[in-house]
Amino acid sequence: MSTATQAPRAQAPRNYLNADYGWRSWLFTLDHKRIALLYLVSVTLFFMIGGFFAVLMRIHLVEPQGALVQPETYNKLFTLHGVVMIFFFMIPAIPAVLGNFLVPLMIGARDLAFPKLNLLSWYIYLVGGIFTLYAALAGGVDTGWTFYTPYSSTYSNTQVTAVAVAVFITGFSSILTGLNFIVTIHKMRAPGLTWYRLPLFLWSIYATSIIMTLGTPVLAITIFLLALEHLFHVGIFSPALGGDPLLFQHLFWFYSHPAVYIMILPSMGVVSEIIACFARKRIFGYKVVGFSSVAIAVLGFLVWGHHMFVTGQSVYAGLIFSFLSFLVAIPSAIKVFNWTSTLYKGSISYEAPMLYALGFIGLFTMGGLTGMFLASLATDVHLNGTYFIVAHFHYIMVGGTVMGYLSGLHFWWPKISGRKYPNGWAALSAVIIFIGFNLTFFPQFILGYLGMPRRYAFYPAEFQVLNVMSSAGASILGVGYLIPLIYFFWSMRYGPVAEANPWGATGLEWQTSSPPPTENFAQTPIVTEEAYAYAAKEETSGA
Amino acid sequence: MQGLPFQPEQASTIARSVDQLYLFITAITFFFTILIFSIIFYFMIKYRRRSPDERPKAIEGSLPLEILWTAIPTLIVAVLFVWSSSLYFRNAQPPPGSMEIFVTGKQWMWKAEHPEGQREINELHVPLGRPVKLTMTSEDVIHDFFVPAFRVKKDVLPGRYTSLWFEATKLGTFHLFCAQYCGAFHAGMIGSVIVMEPDEYEQWLAGGVPGETMEAAGRKVFGQNGCGTCHVADGTGLGPSLLGVYGQQVPLSNGQSVVADDAYVRESLLIPGAKIVKGYKPIMPSFQGQLTEEQVLDLVAYIRSLGQEQTKPKEEGKK
Repeated sequence: MSTATQAPRAQAPRNYLNADYGWRSWLFTLDHKRIALLYLVSVTLFFMIGGFFAVLMRIHLVEPQGALVQPETYNKLFTLHGVVMIFFFMIPAIPAVLGNFLVPLMIGARDLAFPKLNLLSWYIYLVGGIFTLYAALAGGVDTGWTFYTPYSSTYSNTQVTAVAVAVFITGFSSILTGLNFIVTIHKMRAPGLTWYRLPLFLWSIYATSIIMTLGTPVLAITIFLLALEHLFHVGIFSPALGGDPLLFQHLFWFYSHPAVYIMILPSMGVVSEIIACFARKRIFGYKVVGFSSVAIAVLGFLVWGHHMFVTGQSVYAGLIFSFLSFLVAIPSAIKVFNWTSTLYKGSISYEAPMLYALGFIGLFTMGGLTGMFLASLATDVHLNGTYFIVAHFHYIMVGGTVMGYLSGLHFWWPKISGRKYPNGWAALSAVIIFIGFNLTFFPQFILGYLGMPRRYAFYPAEFQVLNVMSSAGASILGVGYLIPLIYFFWSMRYGPVAEANPWGATGLEWQTSSPPPTENFAQTPIVTEEAYAYAAKEETSGA
Repeated sequence: MQGLPFQPEQASTIARSVDQLYLFITAITFFFTILIFSIIFYFMIKYRRRSPDERPKAIEGSLPLEILWTAIPTLIVAVLFVWSSSLYFRNAQPPPGSMEIFVTGKQWMWKAEHPEGQREINELHVPLGRPVKLTMTSEDVIHDFFVPAFRVKKDVLPGRYTSLWFEATKLGTFHLFCAQYCGAFHAGMIGSVIVMEPDEYEQWLAGGVPGETMEAAGRKVFGQNGCGTCHVADGTGLGPSLLGVYGQQVPLSNGQSVVADDAYVRESLLIPGAKIVKGYKPIMPSFQGQLTEEQVLDLVAYIRSLGQEQTKPKEEGKK
């Protein structure tokens, strides 16, 4: 994207990283880029904690009777794995790290609309995170991340309240971040940056923000009611107290299904940017891809009942939720077809971000297609509550979200850190993660079809072979995740200095220096053309 | 199909039809996965960057293509929706004349009660080739009754009845799993469904400890709790007579009416004030916490038998 004014790429750059070194300049910063880095450090920490729980689980499941811990401990492991990964890694990962860093840069603004609110979001997130860690250390919680009642409200005697408070608090961080993005995207776009010129990443962040602001309050209310029943025995969900046990599931999934789209939509946005850049093509069917994000966000609110096909809800309710769930498949398929077509007659290069992005498309395709088994009423009855579900949502959330996140991190790392990482190692890690991921989770589809229920601390011996395969795959996957951690750290000190636009990408964020100055742009850029103007032009594009 | 190592045993009348749908979706999944992967690999090689300053021509997109790849997934999901929903609907209702067994889930065991009085724990004996309807409830948290070989699954909820049915087509012992996380020993809430020849099943029912029938057990509970003090048979008591009530429409004090089915009888026992029969006062005490779920089921069986004294009970149609 060429702009009327170029940011000065002058001598020994003063940037947002070297502007100040004191700890106050980080903990009280109002700079969206620094807040993004605070988030980067914290979500990475939580990813490692959640990953550690996963490692213990996979080791435990190598033997049918359980190799490592007592069943009670195993139950706490999968609960904490879910809570930490979902609420403290995946939901904030792309919006709060990449979104925070990129939203103002991509629209040519100095910062988000409400910088103080932005910092507050991080502190709220942190308080929620600390509550979770406290709960983990004070004995843990064993309800599953889904907190189903009446088990959670009246039977479990673990740290349900502490975790409920943690999730409740963290929700506000989500709401504030979403609000901040919505206002920023509406009000602070550079002159000439119309909606249809926005990078698709912003379309998906916008759709995500809407889900965050509308959905999260429902979760907060639900969790609040759960805590009320748990602490004061107010009968809401427990039939013994006069409550309705399924009411919780309706309320919980009303948020938590859309939450899946909070996790996957930003990844889709990231991948759109990267495919376009490395194929040097405009995204095929730009508007269709943009509106399909909005369609997914809207439909996502209407499908919660598909988690409840076997609860005894009315068959007609099942019918409607099945129908609506199938509808979500359509915009998802459209996106995959459009990304694939973007490659057509492109000029494709295979740097690490592109490999990660292609890995995303592959795994998301498989995750999405296996969703059809679960939208189908007759097959869902058999597969619900088994390892098939576990495999399916890991394909979407880990195969999709985490691949997309890593793809984005590799793409924007030179912008964020001002340094380059070794491309060979990065490409290798992308391949290892893709293979390790499939080895870990593909056997779980078969396990589920064979009938192995999820959340089993021990299991009949006939399921052992597939469990061992899955655990073996997980060890490869684990190595795949460690490699980037090492070279990213390495690159911060030793990596070659990155130029302003190392990939030759369009987009305003590449028009300013790497890393950007605190004020992002010396002068507000003026946008004169669409996103993804990669095609040959009379005058060669800038950077 | 039976011999595939990646397929659970097919041991019920519906297993085959569920597997056919499963295989169809698997085929679609493989087809599209391979299609997308192949296209991507082909493009990756064919359109690889040959020189650093290559600038391919822009392609806007294509409306016909967008319509095509909106239409194709729409068509596929439409087929799947119709197929799976009709299969689900067909399997939702137990066939008339199904035999009934009552199942109670409890941390961490399955208890089953046959109308003839046989009780068992973590085992469920059923005859081959006869449709069996299970009426299920939980004493504590939510459990889930799952028999992979039958392709059936239904949550077992506290405070209400759910039901499922199956007809076994194969002799043998099959896993019964709890598929809804229910606490510390969730993984140990495993039982077996034992499918027997019908005559062996009859022998099994008759053998062992001669238990009372559920109806007889229910009559005893009825007596012990003094229910008959108010629910006098001729209708002159403080509560309505229970003769001929089961399966019938009951007029309520709020002007509505309700069918007296298992769920209604249960509710009337535990939350008597919820639906008051027209012409009576809300004076019945709650038996919540005083009766076990099994005693409630026995009472239901007894009241059901009272219903038969005047009229044949209708095939009760629960959701």
